[in-house]
Parts: sequence; C-alpha cells; structure tokens
Amino acid sequence: MAELLFWPALVLYGEAAVGYLGDARRPGAAGRAATWGVRLGWVLQTALLGVQAAREAGFPWGTWAGSLNLFVWLVVGAYLIWGCRKPYRLLGLAVMPLAAALLVVARAGGGTGVGTRSHYSNLFLVLHVGLVLAAFAGFTLAAALSALYLWQERRLKRRETTILRRPAPSLATLDRLASRTVAFSLPALTLGIAVGIARLISSGDHVDALVVATGVTWLIWAGYLALRTTRGWTGRRAAYLALAGFALVIVVRLALPVTHFT
Amino acid sequence: MRLVLVGTSHHHAPVELRERVALDREQAAELAVRLGEAVCLSTCNRTELYVVAEDADDAERRAVDALAELEPEVEQALYRLRDQAAAHHLFRVAAGLDSLVPGEGEILGQVRAAYEAGTPGPLLERVFRQALHAGRKVRAQTAIGESPASVSAAAAALAEQVFGELRGSAVLLIGAGKISGQAARNLRTRGARIAFVANSKTDRTELEAQLAEVDVVVSSTSFSGYVLDAPTVERARRGKQLLLIDLAVPRDLDPAIHDLDGCYLYDIDDLEAIVSETIAGRRGEAERAEAIVAAEADKFHEWQASLDVVPAIASLRARAEEIREAELRKAEGVLGRLDESQRRAVESITSQIVNKLLHLPTVRLKQAAAAADGGVYAEAVRHLFGLGEDER
Repeated sequence: MAELLFWPALVLYGEAAVGYLGDARRPGAAGRAATWGVRLGWVLQTALLGVQAAREAGFPWGTWAGSLNLFVWLVVGAYLIWGCRKPYRLLGLAVMPLAAALLVVARAGGGTGVGTRSHYSNLFLVLHVGLVLAAFAGFTLAAALSALYLWQERRLKRRETTILRRPAPSLATLDRLASRTVAFSLPALTLGIAVGIARLISSGDHVDALVVATGVTWLIWAGYLALRTTRGWTGRRAAYLALAGFALVIVVRLALPVTHFT
Repeated sequence: MRLVLVGTSHHHAPVELRERVALDREQAAELAVRLGEAVCLSTCNRTELYVVAEDADDAERRAVDALAELEPEVEQALYRLRDQAAAHHLFRVAAGLDSLVPGEGEILGQVRAAYEAGTPGPLLERVFRQALHAGRKVRAQTAIGESPASVSAAAAALAEQVFGELRGSAVLLIGAGKISGQAARNLRTRGARIAFVANSKTDRTELEAQLAEVDVVVSSTSFSGYVLDAPTVERARRGKQLLLIDLAVPRDLDPAIHDLDGCYLYDIDDLEAIVSETIAGRRGEAERAEAIVAAEADKFHEWQASLDVVPAIASLRARAEEIREAELRKAEGVLGRLDESQRRAVESITSQIVNKLLHLPTVRLKQAAAAADGGVYAEAVRHLFGLGEDER
C-alpha cells in the first residue's frame, strides 16, 4: 500500500517541479498543472504517512530516512499555504525540486516503508522530531522566499524589461513573509532542542555532531531575527543570512543525522 | 433579422476625422433611437453603429447616412460588416483586440455603456451580452490586460514590485511635467499619497529631509544638472528601499544612485523599454485571445442560424402535440375507465413517445441551420409533415 502511494506522490512532485520550470518560461497552464501536482502529491504523501502511522504501534518517523519523509511533507505543506497563489508560483521552482529529491533520498533510506520503528518513546519523538522538523520546514520555506527575493532584486537592479510581464511578489512582501516564517519556526526549534537536551541529560548520553550543528543552526536563525530587529538587517543582507542558515539545515538534515537515533 | 455594422476606427481614419464623428452618450442614445433597433459605440478610437433590420441593405444605407450627416468625408473611411462578421468584430472590440494598445481595459466598460444607452432588440441583446462575456473571458483566461501599457502606469507597477501594496507609501514629486503628473495619479490610484511636491524654490535641506521619509521619488524638471546625486541619496536613505523614477530629459537623477543598496532608479528609456516589452507580451497573448473570440463568434453564428429553423421546429412540435391530444380524445371511451394515476401514466407515455421521436429531427435541423442548410431542411419538414397547409 505504501508503495502504491509513494510513487504517484513522487511523480506528482516531479511533475510540479517541471511544471514550475515551464511556468517561469511561459506563465499559464504549466503553472496551474504544477500547482495541482503539488496539491495531489501532498494529499497522497499525507495518505502515505497515514498508512505508516496505522501500521506502526509507535512513532514511525524516528529514523533518519523516516524523518526526512516527514520533513518533505512539512515543507510541501508549508509551501501550499502560499504556493497556490499565482504570484508565488515561482517559489515552487525552489521548493518542489528539493522536495522531490529529498523524497527519493528518504525512500532510498527506507523512510517511506513500514517496519522502521525507533526504540525511543513516542512522546519524546513526537515532540523532539516533530518540532525540529516543523522548524526546519519553516526555515526551508524562509530560504526559498529569500532566494526569490534575491532573484527579484537582481531583476530590478538589472532593469529587466520583462519585470512587469512576469511579475513576482514584491520585495517588501517576500522580506516580510520570510521573517514571519522564521519568527514562527525558531520557537519550535528552541522547544524541540530543549526536549532533546532534557532527554540527553536524563539518559547521560553524549552530545554528538548533529546536536552541535543544530545548535549552530539555532544561533544563525536567532541571529537573523536579532539583527533584523536591532540592526535593521532587512532585504538583501537578511536574505543572504537566511540562505546561510538553510545551508546548515541541509547539513543537519542530510549529512549528519545518520547515527543520531541509533 | 440581419445584423449590420457600419463604422470607422483608428485603423481607417485619422484623429481629425474621428473626432468629427465622435458622439457623447446622449447623442449616441438619440442616434440609436433614430435608427430603430440599434446600438451606437463611440469612443476616442472608434464610432460604430450596430443596427438590426429585416432589410440589411436598407439598414446599412441608413447607418451610412447617419454618419455622413455628421461628417460627409467619413464615408470613405467606413467599414461595413454583416451578421457573423459584424459579431466577430464586436467581440474583438470588447476583448480589446482591435484597440490601439492590445488588451486595454477601458473598452469593455465602453461597450457596456453603449449597449445600455442603445435600443437593442433580442438579436442585439444577444450579440452585446455575448461580446461582454467574450471580453471578460479573454481577460480571465489570458494575460492580455495584466501588464501596464504606458510609462506612467509602468512607474506605478514598478513601485508595486518593490513595495507591494502601495497603501500608505509616500511619494516625493520633483517638478511637475505631464507624464510625472500621470505617474503620480497612477500611484495615488493604487493607494500611495503624495507627501511633498518640490520645485525650483524648494530648499535643499527640505528636499533631503523629505527624501528620508518617502518611498518613491518621481522627478521631471527642466534643470540641466542632477537634482539629486548618489551621496545625497545615500546620506538620506541609510540603506532603506527607495524607487526613483526619472522622467526628465536631460536626466534629473544621478545614475550612480542605482548602485546604492536598496535604491532602484529607472529613467524614461528604461520605462519605455519595459512598456515595449509588455506590449509585445500583450500581442503574444492576443493569439490566444483571438481563438477565444473566434469560438464565441461561432457560437453566435450557430444561435443566429438556429433562428431560421425555430418556426419550423415549433410548428412540428405543435402538430405532434395536436395529433397526440386528438388520439387521446378518440380513446376517451377506453381511457375513461382508468383511474387518475393510470390516466397520468398514459399521458406521460404518449408525451415521451412524441418527444423522443422529435428529438433527433430537432437536433438535425439546428445542425443543418448552422451549416447554412437550415432553410432547405425547414422547407422539407414543412412539406413532409404538411405544416402550415391549413393556413394556406
């Protein structure tokens, strides 16, 4: 059953990625098809997660690959909040190829099947993994918004003649949405880390590389908000900082966590 | 009934001629009344008379005379279209495809106003409603009207690309040329407020103080040097975003301002290049719009053609119903013994038989009408079923 849901979801995410590319070249039908691809793909991935949850007695996304599957679902879900609106379709060009690629990686790691239960307690996993992943999904979206900001700013600086023919969301809107997304995501990451540290202390385990990298990620995103409010870091500088924070999210998500839950 | 169009537009007549046949709303309404079932569409780019009559030649002559009364010279610049071609033309007009700037938005409102001021009968009602529908459909399904088509509108649209919603955005006007006035109007329409208007008497300190407060600067003076240079703007802005529109020739604003962080400077050439691109984009969308309009024109043609066979269909159905009722009356002796529900069942069955028998001939008659064979088929039906023979 999980297989039957995984492949169509992946195909639809892939179709959306290609569709958004087509929409960037010629806005219209390709963009609409891509948006439907995201919607239907997300519904199918939701069903896949539902099947995984129903087949497992405990939290089924505690493994590295499983959490990646959940992460993709959260990223696409967060994107759907804005992505269905026409001016934000371009955001899909940044989000959907990443989502499709990560879903493939999640499957390669066995995170889209059943029978991959962790030995940690359900409550801990729901709070720790759930909150950290929700925060990372928010940061991914904020980074995509920032990338779109830099692209739009470059068009304005280069005085591209197509700027009104293919309008994107305004600089002010992109900057505001990115900072709001970070403002919602950072408390989730803080709480997720706090739960993890509490468990670490109670069990007497060691701090691993992932914990350190997550701490640095927290510092960057906290710095993003702090510099914004105290030093007026908005616009281009804030966008670059968001991309740096996202690079760390990718490192934390893909490069380090293999041994974290074992 | 035939639909006749007589008119002139920017494609056929220069403005000196068009202005002599231009009509205001009252004059257009009076002319429509004079022509019978008619609508008069008069805008700065066109004056067109849509007339419906049994005799198309007579209607065309009356329409030409009415326009020639206003200006005899216009007769050489008139186009004359009938039925489907006239409807197709009106649909293109409503969709903005016949406008100077493809997809311009005002024409749809002007078509609606002309229709409301006219004296339309069923045919004009249908063609104008369908034209308004086609115009809305083209705007909804293509991007033909989405991008600005003038320098002043482009300036306002650029401000939206930087600041999004312009409600509450402050604008500094330096000088007051015609285009800068239009740009200011466009910005105001979108919610921005004109915070300050500077002129040659404005003190430099005051100008710099205003610069620190505003989001958009529109400059259009006849000053020969730069009114604002990069160091002045950098000092005043401190990295905050600012859109500067320089409409003056020679330029008012130092081009180096564009290199400052958060500052976006566009001069008249930049804006004209953007407008050319958006108009080219509109022309590209026009191909898709033409397909929508052509489909609507086909629908109108089918509807108009079906009018030719409607009397024959009505007579055929009336004859069938007459026969059904007569047969039921003949069988009254038998049917009288049935209870109410059984009688209703017999009524229903006989009606269904009649309807099913006539369904296909009705559809085929309408199809034949659309293919221009309607008259022949209608005559054949009248002959085969003896329709109208009693009257003869």
